[in-house]
Amino acid sequence: MNFGIHPLLLVTFFPLVGVLVILFLKSQQKKAIRWTALATALVTFAISLWVLAQFQPGTAGMQLELRVPWLRLDGLAIDFYMGVDGLSILMVLLTALLTPIAILSTWSAVEDRVKGFMIFFLLLEVGMTGVFLVLDLVLFYVFWEFTLIPMYFLIGIWGGERRIYAAVKFFLFTMAGSLLMLLAILVIGFQTGTFAWSDLLEKRELFAAAQTWLFLAFGLAFAIKVPMFPLHTWLPDAHVEAPTAGSVILAGVLLKMGAYGFLRFNLPLFPEATVKFAPYMAILAIIGIIYGAAVSYAQKDMKKLVAYSSVSHLGFVVLGTFALTAQSVSGSVLQMVNHGLSTGALFLIVGMLYERRHTREMSAFGGVWKVVPVMGALMLVVTLSSMGLPGLNGFVGEFTILLGSFGSKVLGSPWFAGVATLGVILAAVYLLVMFEKVFLGPVKVEANLALKDLNVREIVTLVPLLILIFWIGLYPQPFFNLINPSVENLVSMVSSALLAAH
Amino acid sequence: MTQADFFSILPIITILLWALALLVADLWIPKERKSMTALLAAVGLAVGVGISLSQVGQTALTFKGMLMLDNFAVFLNIIFLVSGILAIALSYDYLKRMGIERGEYYVLMMFSIAGMMLLTQAYNLIVVFLAIEFLSIPLYILAGFARPRLESEEAALKYFLLGTFSSGFLLYGIALIFGATKSTGLEGIMASLSANEANLVLFIAGASLMLVGFGFKVAVAPFHEWAPDVYQGSPTPASAFMAVSVKAAGFAVLLRIFLTAFPTLAQQLMPVVWGVAALTMVVGNVLAINQTNLKRLLAYSSIAHAGYLMMAFVSASNPAQTGQAVSAMLYYLVAYGLTTFGAWAVVVSLEQAEGKGLELEDYAGVGQKYPWLGAAMLVFMLSLSGIPLTIGFWGKFFLFRTTVEAGFTSLALVGLFTSLVSVFYYLRVVVYMFMRPGEPRVRRDGWLSLVAVGAAVAVVLLSVLPSRLLDMAAQAVLRLQ
Repeated sequence: MNFGIHPLLLVTFFPLVGVLVILFLKSQQKKAIRWTALATALVTFAISLWVLAQFQPGTAGMQLELRVPWLRLDGLAIDFYMGVDGLSILMVLLTALLTPIAILSTWSAVEDRVKGFMIFFLLLEVGMTGVFLVLDLVLFYVFWEFTLIPMYFLIGIWGGERRIYAAVKFFLFTMAGSLLMLLAILVIGFQTGTFAWSDLLEKRELFAAAQTWLFLAFGLAFAIKVPMFPLHTWLPDAHVEAPTAGSVILAGVLLKMGAYGFLRFNLPLFPEATVKFAPYMAILAIIGIIYGAAVSYAQKDMKKLVAYSSVSHLGFVVLGTFALTAQSVSGSVLQMVNHGLSTGALFLIVGMLYERRHTREMSAFGGVWKVVPVMGALMLVVTLSSMGLPGLNGFVGEFTILLGSFGSKVLGSPWFAGVATLGVILAAVYLLVMFEKVFLGPVKVEANLALKDLNVREIVTLVPLLILIFWIGLYPQPFFNLINPSVENLVSMVSSALLAAH
Repeated sequence: MTQADFFSILPIITILLWALALLVADLWIPKERKSMTALLAAVGLAVGVGISLSQVGQTALTFKGMLMLDNFAVFLNIIFLVSGILAIALSYDYLKRMGIERGEYYVLMMFSIAGMMLLTQAYNLIVVFLAIEFLSIPLYILAGFARPRLESEEAALKYFLLGTFSSGFLLYGIALIFGATKSTGLEGIMASLSANEANLVLFIAGASLMLVGFGFKVAVAPFHEWAPDVYQGSPTPASAFMAVSVKAAGFAVLLRIFLTAFPTLAQQLMPVVWGVAALTMVVGNVLAINQTNLKRLLAYSSIAHAGYLMMAFVSASNPAQTGQAVSAMLYYLVAYGLTTFGAWAVVVSLEQAEGKGLELEDYAGVGQKYPWLGAAMLVFMLSLSGIPLTIGFWGKFFLFRTTVEAGFTSLALVGLFTSLVSVFYYLRVVVYMFMRPGEPRVRRDGWLSLVAVGAAVAVVLLSVLPSRLLDMAAQAVLRLQ
């Protein structure tokens, strides 16, 4: 089956069709604009499933490769080069899944300038999908930077009170990291004459001497995006000020771009430096886990709490990545998906509460389960998923990461995994405290008695996430089957480079 | 004058004669129909573009070694002519609206363009000086064209005083070089240098003075201080024209002289130029942060961009990188020129009489009320800060690439960090346009919108398909040496 367009091109650029249609709608036609955006996002999701159908789970290498010359100049070759493997396929699916959900969540939340909102949202989807699929460094940089612009507007126009501050901070932080990455990309291109990922793997020796610096330059860009402690300060601001749909995408997908960047570029291109820095990265990750959890616990605002919990959860992903065992890295990839699902759902529910009461202070709620039982039940599942209860998705990811890190030769000590395990307990503490303060006990504030329970649309936005939360929790094997071959290949690449070095 | 001589300056002659004829014809064009003059001037420039295109691929040293015709000159000549056409498009409605519509405006612009074209072809220092004066004097008048507005007169006076002052440096430098090498022709200078007959002390002193003179013209730090005042006071379309063409002309002659005639000196002066480039990037970008007047903001931004262009000049001192650096600079000039004209077009659309409508606050709400204009300005701001999917990104990409490859990674780092600073103030414009409510007053004019939207589309399209323009820029350097 083929529509005459390469599936990866189609899945990346299809949202532009929606953008084009929306451009020709009048800004008063809010309904038509929303439905167009939703339909576009749903079709994109269908296309991503079609990509999945063509994906061979047992293969480690790049699949569905597309490579055409884009720019040729003496000594310079930039390709339009795309491909998908076990590291990226789930990220693409996650992006394609979360976008329609986020769009559906804006139905009543975004009333102002709907046209612009939907245009930026669909452009953001193009950028994110592109980041996960492109394999040419320059092209990667183009997509990487491009995602900044729509997100900047989503926060800056439709955000909360301090939106402009948050938007500018978001932009400048990310930009600061990526400029150094650009320099590193130029250096690599100068030394190898190519920017294509697969060629660079072969010509790795040419820039091996400079890899410490290159690792740091790439690493800074990715660490800011993840975000790793101490570069995380933009995240709470961006999350708190962003509209709900923006937060869902920010936590669900944009942060994963950083973690994905480590896996795609830092590990295979600079293996010696990776091993050298692995313990330090792991220490920062663990500080992030504990620090994020502690700060979450201290929050009074639900959205801030969830935002800081992301710092903590992403710490596990980074830990798993730099433990460099097949198990831990697979766990990291799966945990990226898990975090997207659970935190996405948490932000959605917090957003729903906010729409009803226009506050996110936990003290303004209490005992609302009695009033809104459906919301309470769904929130409970999502909370448990986020804190890693066995049988739900969070457990599978975190457990695999910890198990893999425990025996990691690169880290060399079980203490890393041991301390990180504390993060799981702390997550239980702060998440349950939030649940208790908001949903359990007697109804303290009168206004809450009139809270409306979820309507059909809101349930529809949450159900797909819940299905996946249970699916991954109970039967993760199909997901691991997608991830594992590429991860094993990646880990063996890093370790063989190490053996060659010794 | 041989046929080859004549052919080599055909575009210049055309523009000059056309301008003179227009000056006379303008007397019979009634006052309320001065748009006729604008149209005729634009047609003249378009004819110039056509003739210049016919010169592509020709190389000739004419007028006994006084002038050089090569792809480099042709490429730049086309930049000047096109920027002249764009400037006329911006002026057309502006002059009428501000009540300063007079036919001489367009004629002066054409004279200045002819001077610029002569400058890029100059192969003799005397011709260089002549051309610089020829291009500057009409500009002094253009800067003061909005008289009796005080700011405009101030701009003209400042520009004139500092301009002549810098010409003094230039002339003194030329004199010293003549003393050192017994020649003002680039060929003679090269011969004298390679035969080791030149007095090197005099020569270096002369070259340094020339560098100062050119530094004033292209507004690099520490010779940049006139630019914000002049750009602010001049009629806005004239500022746009100066920001693009004068800069391009200045850099063209810098490259021509320093890389062709003084190649060894380029390496000795490199640390100085390095410092000038770094300082300019820092000063331009840092001072732009506090600007609330859009004209001043763009002026400082143009200083910053002169710093980036200077970076290419530093890289060009590495002989292995000269070709690449020059093509990177030409590409950057086109990217910068196109984007800048677009941005100035937006400024012109918002400007009101008496210098009103230029503050950042006046831009509040533009994105909401005039989405296309806002989107265009967004594209320009992103392009000036070098963010992908704009031509500005490729400009910076090639510039940084050649800088890294020439071995000046630390300078590239300065460039990167200062462009991070620039993101801040360019985004501020975007913040005002899209994120603050307001009641902007926008002048709807077909030509203005055409320039703004057309430039925006070009900035994006050329970034998706960058090859063609790059090829042209690469071709343009082949015969520099």
